[in-house]
Amino acid sequence: MTGSSTRTSAAGSLDPVLEIRDLSVALPAWADRRLAVNAVSLTVGRGETLCVVGESGSGKSVMARSILRLLPEPHLRIAGGQILLDGEDLARADDRRMRQIRGGEISMVFQEPMVSLNPLMTVGRQIDEILEVHTGWSKAERRRRVIATFEDVRLPEPELIVGAYPHELSGGQRQRVMIAMSLVLEPKLIIADEPTTALDVTTEAQVLTLLKELQVKHGTALLFITHNFGVVAEIADRVAVMRSGELVEYGSAKDVLEHPQHPYTRALIDAVPSLVPRKHPEPSSTAEPILTVRALEKTYGRPSAGPKWLARMMPRLARGRRSAVKAVNKVDLDIRRGSAVALVGESGSGKSTLARCLIGLEQADSGSALIAGDEIVGRSRADWRPLRSRVQMVFQDPFASLNPRTKVGDIIARGAILQGVNPAAAMEQARRLLDLVGLDAKAAERFPHEFSGGQRQRIGIARALAVKPDILIADEPVSALDVSVQKQVLDLLDDLRRQFGLTMLFITHDLRVAAHVCEDIVVLKNGTIVERGLTADIFANPQHDYTRTLLASVPGRDWQRRGLPDQMAPTGE
Amino acid sequence: MRGLRLIRFIMTRLLQAIPVVLGVVVLNFLLLQLAPGDAATVLAGEAGGAPPEYVEQLRARFGLDKPVLVQLGLYLKNILLLDLGFSFRNNAPVLGLILDRLWPTLLLMGATLLVSVGGGVMLGVIAALGVRTWRDHLISVAAVIAYATPLFWIGLMLILVFSIRLDWFPTSGMEDVVAFHEGWARVVDIAHHLVLPTITLSLFYLALYTRLMRATVLEQRGAEYATTARAKGLTERAITLRHVLRNALLPVITMAGVQVGALLGGSVVVETVFAWPGLGQLAYQSLFARDFNLLLGIFFLSACLVVIVNIIVDVVYVLLDPRIRVGGKT
Repeated sequence: MTGSSTRTSAAGSLDPVLEIRDLSVALPAWADRRLAVNAVSLTVGRGETLCVVGESGSGKSVMARSILRLLPEPHLRIAGGQILLDGEDLARADDRRMRQIRGGEISMVFQEPMVSLNPLMTVGRQIDEILEVHTGWSKAERRRRVIATFEDVRLPEPELIVGAYPHELSGGQRQRVMIAMSLVLEPKLIIADEPTTALDVTTEAQVLTLLKELQVKHGTALLFITHNFGVVAEIADRVAVMRSGELVEYGSAKDVLEHPQHPYTRALIDAVPSLVPRKHPEPSSTAEPILTVRALEKTYGRPSAGPKWLARMMPRLARGRRSAVKAVNKVDLDIRRGSAVALVGESGSGKSTLARCLIGLEQADSGSALIAGDEIVGRSRADWRPLRSRVQMVFQDPFASLNPRTKVGDIIARGAILQGVNPAAAMEQARRLLDLVGLDAKAAERFPHEFSGGQRQRIGIARALAVKPDILIADEPVSALDVSVQKQVLDLLDDLRRQFGLTMLFITHDLRVAAHVCEDIVVLKNGTIVERGLTADIFANPQHDYTRTLLASVPGRDWQRRGLPDQMAPTGE
Repeated sequence: MRGLRLIRFIMTRLLQAIPVVLGVVVLNFLLLQLAPGDAATVLAGEAGGAPPEYVEQLRARFGLDKPVLVQLGLYLKNILLLDLGFSFRNNAPVLGLILDRLWPTLLLMGATLLVSVGGGVMLGVIAALGVRTWRDHLISVAAVIAYATPLFWIGLMLILVFSIRLDWFPTSGMEDVVAFHEGWARVVDIAHHLVLPTITLSLFYLALYTRLMRATVLEQRGAEYATTARAKGLTERAITLRHVLRNALLPVITMAGVQVGALLGGSVVVETVFAWPGLGQLAYQSLFARDFNLLLGIFFLSACLVVIVNIIVDVVYVLLDPRIRVGGKT
């Protein structure tokens, strides 16, 4: 937030690079509203960062794409208004001129670096293409520039990475490539559409720092689209809040963050998970243990796969097919009845593998795991059946995890019916559960596609509860949801837990989300537990370096820490 | 490094192919035992009847009097020594007979693959680029019609129209045997004969690949990386040629690899209709003559052909798609 106070907060007195005046984008006739973007006016000044904040469906991405006229015409089209780049109206420019502007004067960074890069082309060539189109440079010159840009975004060994394919890079490296792509011609404006949403929290922090740094270095203006107010607090000079295609609040970052005017802005800010762990009831250490995991191991890939006889006959053919990855490495875990434990880690930490082993979707290699006294390691599918009602899972993606051709009531009741409950009773229970998770009992007669993401996740929770499990495993249940919906679902889980004394294993990458529902936290890294303890203790006094890094990477922590008593503030640095 | 791994991959696949091909041979051998009659009865029947002693004598000479398993064992032993046996019907070694007929079939298959994959990809791209225009509609409707028409009927109609009515193309055979063409004149003559059989055999696949290509190009053009390319300032033409085309080719190549086997089956009908002197025609004739040695030889060679084509497709796939790793991590 440095500099936001020195820069002017009034839009009028900036030196504008981009001025959007009364921009409207029309949706096709079958859509639920007529305009995706409704008469939005915005200004981005030279060298400043404007954050556009809104939830899914607010029209923020459509607005961003319409600047470069990347809308999927004719379904979406600019219906009115002006997009002025240094006074030139892009809404009326011809295709030739638009192509000069794209990549040359305005560039774009997209959300998912994996799908935004062509999988069959080296990343060096993908950047080289921009130079080929926009400049008359020689091949050697272009190569020098690409390597220099890679150095700029601090990719390791740029000479090698030039020849790498996207799948050979990590998520963070791919996003650095995308940023290099947007920077290579030093455009006047970079539009970044949720560039850090798909990244791990530590990678997100690195990418944000990098973006800020490069912006200062090159004096580029940045239009940053996000749904996360934490990110806004990190990088914005000014903020625009959008809802249903309309601008509801617009002002300097300081004003909007500290004195939000519109109730919607206030709701969004309130929905940011707190850095202060909630007061949880002291877990009684006398409760019976419901899950006991000892030295559990799961390795993917074997050192030498392939037929044994082949290895004997032709060792060169069979040698070293896949190297082994220890996804879960000697993990011990105890969960007592009625407690809630968060398993925190970044992607690749093995947290999901551990969950899949506990629910029987994967077979652990060694170790032991007892669910209410019954060993689950080494069980066959048939032996698992009687245990299915003991453990249930709420899945991450509410869109992919519900069968689209099955009615909600059947989805919820099926598990209970399979466990031998009579169908009428199971259906009756399904309706009660729907009511419990905050949906209308009539929802049982409808199909999943009629519900929003948050509602579907409620259905997923009801489904998991239908067989009255001893332990509920929630695998990133809110990471696919909008912030304001996240909070509702978390509150629901918390309520249900208190009401029914549920035992919960909550898997997440976000420490703040973990703090919201769990009184115990276990931090996982590379398949090994690096730290465990009470949530409050870990936030106040993290022991392991990795935990500290995780806490320090939470976007907007300085802004959230304002006004907190010192002992509660995470000691990040 | 990549080259070495690729060779290792090909070697592994060839080794794995041996049990597959042997399995096919055993299965075919046992299946053919189910067919009524054998070469001896057919020969005797064609001679206008013969005393049972003579038939028995023939059987003994062909080795048909031994138990089935002994016959199978002998056959397998010979196969491993690459000896495909002797065709009593044609009075010639099977291997020579097959090799004579192999290249016309390979020619027909090659031409068909080229026309169906090449043409399908081209038509699919044209249809996808002009989606919902007259070009797209024309190509899509034609594809559906070609897709739904039976192979032999197309063959007969083509002969009727282009050979008999218009007299543009010869009705049958692979070359004009009485003209004694040599050098280029022969090549032209064979190409002329090749046109109708190729069209007949490829129309169905052409339609299939056109539809597949159209669908994948449309899908890939909507992919995020295409938007990225657009945001870089590339022309639509460059986006299609450089980014979309290669990605969209992958499913078509997978499909083509799977269907090479079916192509061999289809060539039996087409070779019969057009009297094309290929393996399919030979197989058809040997079946009716109960010339099981020859038939088994053809099956064996077809199995080898399919296995080899599949390996080629896999290698092409590896070359096209860097994400596919062969034989171990980098």
